[in-house]
Amino acid sequence: MTNSFPPALVFIIGALLLPVFRGKLKSIYLLALPFIGFANLLNTPEGIHWTVSFLDYNLILGKVDKLSIFFGYIYHLITFIALLFSLHVKEDSQHIAALFYGGSALGIVFAGDLMTLFIFWETMAFSATYLVWARRTKESSAAGLRYLLVHIFGGLCLLAGIIIHVYQTGSLEFGYIGLEGLASWLILIGFGLNCAFPGLHAWLPDAYPQTTATGGVFMWTFTTKTAVYVLARAFPGAEILIWVGATMTVFPIFFAVVENDLRKVLSYSLINQLGYMVVGIGIGTQLSLNGTVSHVFAHILYKALLVMSMGAVIYRTGKSKCTELGGLYKSMPLTSIFCIVGAVSISAFPLFSGFVTKSMVVESAAMGGMTVIWFMLLFASVGVLEHAGIKVPFHAFFSHDSGIRTKEAPVHMLIAMGITAFLCIFIGVFPRLLYGLLPFPVDFEPYTASHVVTTTQLLLFGALAYVFLLRSGIFPAEMRAKNLDADWFYRKGAKAFMWVVNNPMTKFGSWVSRTVFDVIPSSLGWASRNPLAVLKIASDTVLLQFAVPEKREAIQARIKKEKEIYPGDIIKHWPIGTIVLMVILFLLVYLIIVMQ
Amino acid sequence: MEKKYFFDNPRNVKGFIWLFYIVTGLFTVAELFIHKHTFFTWEKYPFFYASFGFVAFVFMILAAKHILRPIIKRKEDYYD
Repeated sequence: MTNSFPPALVFIIGALLLPVFRGKLKSIYLLALPFIGFANLLNTPEGIHWTVSFLDYNLILGKVDKLSIFFGYIYHLITFIALLFSLHVKEDSQHIAALFYGGSALGIVFAGDLMTLFIFWETMAFSATYLVWARRTKESSAAGLRYLLVHIFGGLCLLAGIIIHVYQTGSLEFGYIGLEGLASWLILIGFGLNCAFPGLHAWLPDAYPQTTATGGVFMWTFTTKTAVYVLARAFPGAEILIWVGATMTVFPIFFAVVENDLRKVLSYSLINQLGYMVVGIGIGTQLSLNGTVSHVFAHILYKALLVMSMGAVIYRTGKSKCTELGGLYKSMPLTSIFCIVGAVSISAFPLFSGFVTKSMVVESAAMGGMTVIWFMLLFASVGVLEHAGIKVPFHAFFSHDSGIRTKEAPVHMLIAMGITAFLCIFIGVFPRLLYGLLPFPVDFEPYTASHVVTTTQLLLFGALAYVFLLRSGIFPAEMRAKNLDADWFYRKGAKAFMWVVNNPMTKFGSWVSRTVFDVIPSSLGWASRNPLAVLKIASDTVLLQFAVPEKREAIQARIKKEKEIYPGDIIKHWPIGTIVLMVILFLLVYLIIVMQ
Repeated sequence: MEKKYFFDNPRNVKGFIWLFYIVTGLFTVAELFIHKHTFFTWEKYPFFYASFGFVAFVFMILAAKHILRPIIKRKEDYYD
């Protein structure tokens, strides 16, 4: 037994206590919380902790091993950085949502069973949605709702998969699942949606650019990396993930080239980076899994740095589009430098963090002899350079001068970015410290002359191409535009669905109600006034169809007359004998029925 | 008269670009003096990485500009 506390609950209970504090004390409390959590984490030994009985199952809130504790470290670190970055935010609700978000991500990372995982999975989706809504624009409320709906869909796939899995295996334990049977595929879809698998990715560039300036740091970190974690646990070595991941590295770079909103560019960049991690999981060797996990660490930091620099720009100018920005290095020099550090790190230049982590994944693809995959990853590396390495810093801070003159980012933002920038370089220069935390022993040396020179050549010649294309005017101009993506299918699909509901289906519905509630009752009412006359009219009408032409006119005249005098004389005078006969017949029928 | 910033001076822009050309040149030449660790045969070709970087970049830009953009570009209020 351990005397520490489930990491998720430190954040979640900590968040609930936030409104108790006021003023400076609140800021101190916010910044102290990740440290308390971290101390708690350091105090937690490896093993299975905090088991709770629920119905017939054991819920495990703490499966602590090298992999989960590694994610625990980086999540605590980034929570501290992100909270520092958002220290000026006065709304408690945003901090609480962010802490719930980080807390539930930790909950998933340490979950030892599928039910705990699922509960935190849903908490994560809802708290993230709040960070989109918190921006309080028309676009953000719509995008937030779409985000939530898509994630509920993913959550339901996961839940269905979990139920079938538990039914088949009888065990709730979360560990290696492997791709076999319907349950595992449903779980893979649930995980894959959060990991932005191609086709399931559209929520990401749709919702992320709509988050608040500060909420973005949390958004770009938790959902997707937690998905990487669960994939690494459940499906290491699943071959399909190699192709899925390689596709993810390649396709977003084309979208990023033509995108105008820089935070959307960073969203596509996120999918591209996730691709490397997914490839690493798919290859499933110790080197590739180390590559994936270390890339998670490096990526969270440099992507947070880029997102923070864009967040600072939005905070100061309210803008994030290429066409509206430019020349901001004049008013925000430090932010520009931090953005460049992030850009160089993500591009994987030597001495920066991306270089020492991404290359493990690429090398394991080469070692496995995967030629096509290797070329895709190499091509994607050039793509990263284009959109994240050059486009983001260049269009925001340099390029043509937009004329915007503003102030440098606030001090707490600068400190948050400064710490992150320092870490990006520190990891790049001293990779051994990061390697020491990885789940498997590392036998990989990033700084060989060959690796340094070839990678730098690849990047510098990409940049050279950029210079040539820009100077010759071939480089595509920035344009104000909406670029379609897979979300078209459900955004337009929903409209088409509503049209079908509003037009053909509503028409059919009103026809049914008119017929059932109006036409049928009123004609029955009409007929009941004199059923015999109705029978007469009906029989004459049938007769008309078979009548010879000479007689038609007479029949038609008769029908017309019958209709005119309807209901006419209701009482039909019957002879007594007929009535007695009918009474006897009725009695006879009645007796036969009763006797039986 | 607004303050002049570093890149407002065309000489500084030019200097920066020349610095970039020189660094690129140095890394190109450096390849001749190192021993390359390779997994694939084509990695051994001289300047494979440099040419791949250049060609890949140009291909990516042209494909995005001439193939992808015409397909996906809409007005900003497309979904409204």
